[in-house]
Amino acid sequence: MNTLSQTQPLSEALSGRDDWSRFTPKQRLIRYAGFVSAAAVVAWALGSIDVIWAWVWDSPAQMADLFGRMIPPDPSNLPSILEAIWQTVNIATLATMIAVVVSLPVAYIAAQNTTPNRACLWLGRFILVSSRSVNTIIWALLFVAIFGPGIVAGIVAIMFRSIGFLGKLLGEAIEEIDRRPVEALEACGASRFKIVLYAIVPQVMPAFFAVSILRWDINLRESTVLGLVGAGGIGMILQGAIDTFNWPEVATVLLTILALVIFGEMVSSFLRRKIL
Amino acid sequence: MSATSDTRPDSWRKPAFIANPVLRYALYLGALVYIVFTLATLPIDWDRVSDGLSRAQRIFSGAFPPSFDRAGLLFDGFMESLKIAIIATVGGIILSVPLAFMAAGNIAPKPIYLLGRAIIIIARSFHPVIVAIIFVKAVGFGPFAGALTLVVYSVGFVAKLLAERIEEIDFGQVEAMRSAGAGFLTTQVYAVLPQVMPRLVGLGIYQLDSNLRASAVVGIVGAGGIGATLANAFGRYDYDFALAITMVIVGVILVSEAVSGVIRKRIT
Repeated sequence: MNTLSQTQPLSEALSGRDDWSRFTPKQRLIRYAGFVSAAAVVAWALGSIDVIWAWVWDSPAQMADLFGRMIPPDPSNLPSILEAIWQTVNIATLATMIAVVVSLPVAYIAAQNTTPNRACLWLGRFILVSSRSVNTIIWALLFVAIFGPGIVAGIVAIMFRSIGFLGKLLGEAIEEIDRRPVEALEACGASRFKIVLYAIVPQVMPAFFAVSILRWDINLRESTVLGLVGAGGIGMILQGAIDTFNWPEVATVLLTILALVIFGEMVSSFLRRKIL
Repeated sequence: MSATSDTRPDSWRKPAFIANPVLRYALYLGALVYIVFTLATLPIDWDRVSDGLSRAQRIFSGAFPPSFDRAGLLFDGFMESLKIAIIATVGGIILSVPLAFMAAGNIAPKPIYLLGRAIIIIARSFHPVIVAIIFVKAVGFGPFAGALTLVVYSVGFVAKLLAERIEEIDFGQVEAMRSAGAGFLTTQVYAVLPQVMPRLVGLGIYQLDSNLRASAVVGIVGAGGIGATLANAFGRYDYDFALAITMVIVGVILVSEAVSGVIRKRIT
């Protein structure tokens, strides 16, 4: 209102409104260049990908056929499916337990404020990065080759992947602690062990439980696929059913997995509410 | 006060994690029983496991030094993974936007909201590898199955977080549009979409990174990309080539994580 009355006549101010635009010409140019290059990248990906397009156009019919065969689900094999589900839960739980224990010292040496020296810091970071960047399935391939097909390979694979996740998040929690309790204990002449136990552990306890529960939930999901590379659990039955084209049983297995995942989410949110 | 000061204890003990001693020891005992029981009943072939050390030695001696002889194959596999990731991210976002609007409780009517939520839960519950083997059976081996898998994977993640963001929007703008007589679609495009756009862009970039990582995995069950190359190398006992592939995967993941982190920081 002020500017209207002061500097310019009303008609000029109103005529200025006609060509309002959100961006300056330069911004608009940058945006268009961004859109064009994004479109070019997508076009390149679509144009050069090695796909048989006839299969693509055929795929809705194929998929409808496949899901049609899955109905109705066949529960006749349910006892052995439930046993495999129990095995899957055990793989996830045992692996999470071991990984939690192993990740504690790794987190301790990978946190900048508690690490004994620089060599340990880099060792810790190396362990975390290499564990995190290799996927569970790839770990499982390796451990199936080492330990042979079965549950042990699955547990070790899940454990190796979890150490990086738990260690990284715990290490970050350790780095964010309040320094003062540590200093107070140091001033009292407490030993290194007691400082950790009474000044650091109580502060990272909530993060520790939150991270462990979260990882257990993730592990439950991941252990459902271990069997596809031979590392035990429900995936073995799924693979068997798919290989024999037993689609009604596949449907049962998928429904059981869905139930397991939802159950895991319920348990982990219950535990989170209870503990935190 | 003076009466209690005599009996005040000299020593202090850390309060127990669970106050009720019965519950505490019951939990400890339960955990112990569970561990012992499962370890005892799991079908583990200990002879085969103890055989593992010598096998590990054989594998690792076969894996060193990593072999980059077939770098061309490695490069092709990676380009395919990249293409799968790009296509799946675009497709996933195109599907995620309407699904997120369906699954936002403040916009969608109740039945549509429940339908949207159900689709998201189903898409999120299945590990990409399981989705991949189903799609491989349905549409055949190759990158198309991989792209479809990652579309499902992207929808589960992007639609969920976008729907949560839509539920947090400032509703005043929606009311303003409605009171001015705007239609449903106009309201969504001009009042809701601008508010969630930064989040959508951030999610898209994160998902591209995430899809690239997942495409290395879905290939193991036949859905194309670098994972297929890795699975083949492993199956032929070419451990040196497998190690080379794994090293490159780790390197690319670290680079793409750093790049996507930088971009997301600059955008938001």
